[in-house]
Amino acid sequence: MDRTAIIGVGMTTIEAEKRRETFADMTWEAVNKALSDAGMTIADIDNVVTTSSDFWDGRTISLMAVGDVSGAAEKNVSCVEGDGTYGAFYANARALSGSYKTTLVTGHSKGSQCVSSLITNAAFDPIYERVLGMDMITASAMQANAYMNRTGVKPEDAALVSVKNHGNALKNPMAQLPMNITVDDVMASEMIADPLRKLDCSPVSDGCCAVIIAHESVATKFKQKPIWIRGLAFCTDSFFFGDRDLARSKALTEAAKKAYAMAGIKDPRKEIDLVELYDAFSYQELLWLEEMGLADYGKAAARLKAGEFNLDGALPVNPSGGLLSGHPVIAAGLYRIAEIVLQLRGDAGAHQVKKAKTGLAHGVNGLCGQSHCVWILDKEK
Amino acid sequence: MSEIFKGIEPMVHNSKISVPYSWWAGDTASKFFISLRDARKIIAPRCGKCGKVFMPPRKVCPTCFTENTDWVDVSDEGTVVSYSVSRRQLEAIPGDKKVPVIWGLIKLDGADTALLHYLDEVDPGSVTIGMRVKAVFAESRTGGIRDISHFKPVK
Ligand SMILES: [Zn+2]
Repeated sequence: MDRTAIIGVGMTTIEAEKRRETFADMTWEAVNKALSDAGMTIADIDNVVTTSSDFWDGRTISLMAVGDVSGAAEKNVSCVEGDGTYGAFYANARALSGSYKTTLVTGHSKGSQCVSSLITNAAFDPIYERVLGMDMITASAMQANAYMNRTGVKPEDAALVSVKNHGNALKNPMAQLPMNITVDDVMASEMIADPLRKLDCSPVSDGCCAVIIAHESVATKFKQKPIWIRGLAFCTDSFFFGDRDLARSKALTEAAKKAYAMAGIKDPRKEIDLVELYDAFSYQELLWLEEMGLADYGKAAARLKAGEFNLDGALPVNPSGGLLSGHPVIAAGLYRIAEIVLQLRGDAGAHQVKKAKTGLAHGVNGLCGQSHCVWILDKEK
Repeated sequence: MSEIFKGIEPMVHNSKISVPYSWWAGDTASKFFISLRDARKIIAPRCGKCGKVFMPPRKVCPTCFTENTDWVDVSDEGTVVSYSVSRRQLEAIPGDKKVPVIWGLIKLDGADTALLHYLDEVDPGSVTIGMRVKAVFAESRTGGIRDISHFKPVK
């Protein structure tokens, strides 16, 4: 199979309220940062994929509003509604298609402009469920209870994820919530939905991320060192919670297995150097690591406690600070990819991890991780 | 920020998206709702191939990829598979519900998948996974999921 690489990334800072920039202004900034990172001009881009959600954006056909600032004029532009890792998946398929050589993919959102509880309530089935009034937080609390009941993991164990990730964010200038906090601080924060407290939940955020994917035939043509895409896969579970085992994530196990197989990875625990994953809630970091085969089921909390997932640990997880330190919905997974790229290039700055040859980036679509997208990126082809 | 925008205080444009929307419930949900409304009975479709009984009712078995053809009665009692307790009056919570609001994922006896609904008449701190609960029907029923008012613990 032909190979592809990521040859440029651009991120805006993640902020609680970007009052000075519209969706288009944020996109303009991220796109130009990615072009300059790659050493390209917009003329070097031959097609564009944007990632957005009409409900979050408060308009229909939301991609049409950011085409101009993505340099999509007179180019083929298409949209993915979902997390940025899925937009990038499509962007990669286009770079492999033979029709295009370079794809620019963007993901944007502004949680600050809408009411997140009402938007995420609309993800529930309109006939059977929506009227009951659940949202992303109360749904995730249901998953957290199922997971903790099954594994014996305690809320204070999961709180340590929040402590670690907010601490990592102190070294990431793009992060929204760098914080020096303790488990006691998390446990003393407002209980929103048992067992999830305010500091177990990612914040509402604004931000845009852009990534440039190139076919191998042009991947070394520009100034940036390419980061090679070795494996990628996504997999989706049933829609209704009651059809799934909420304490597990079958879809993630499958997606990870497929991505490892494509990358030729036999022992992910030995071969993956760092992970950027979708920690929308503290317990999710533990559950996702386990389902990706990077920790035994129910045992990630113990390894976290031992410091293994710290920035200087055996397997750094979310060295950027993760979603807990900034969660622009839709863009979030694309930020994970961009962060891994910076790490593998050695360009991550203060939150650079020591050993970074092979990295894993992870994105989620749907409530309680209905669908998962896994990327294996590598410094070497 | 460039020089020309110095001193500019960014403005906010407030609006509201208000678009009426009607969902046709379809044959399957309508049959289920009519039974709740008129007979206070919980019924569910069953896959003719694998025998799985689906709650909430839907037309297709996702595993067999075939249409569910049989309907069966399921119990109004079941087991809590997981639950959630909201302590904050989140915007999505209906106006008639005051926190703490408890939702349960309830596997009714006779069904193979669990239904999302309210738990009530119970202290939020004493809800447990594995708890046995029973449906309480609403006094006034109009043909919808809230024709079941909530589930309460089986004494
Ligand atoms: Zn079946």
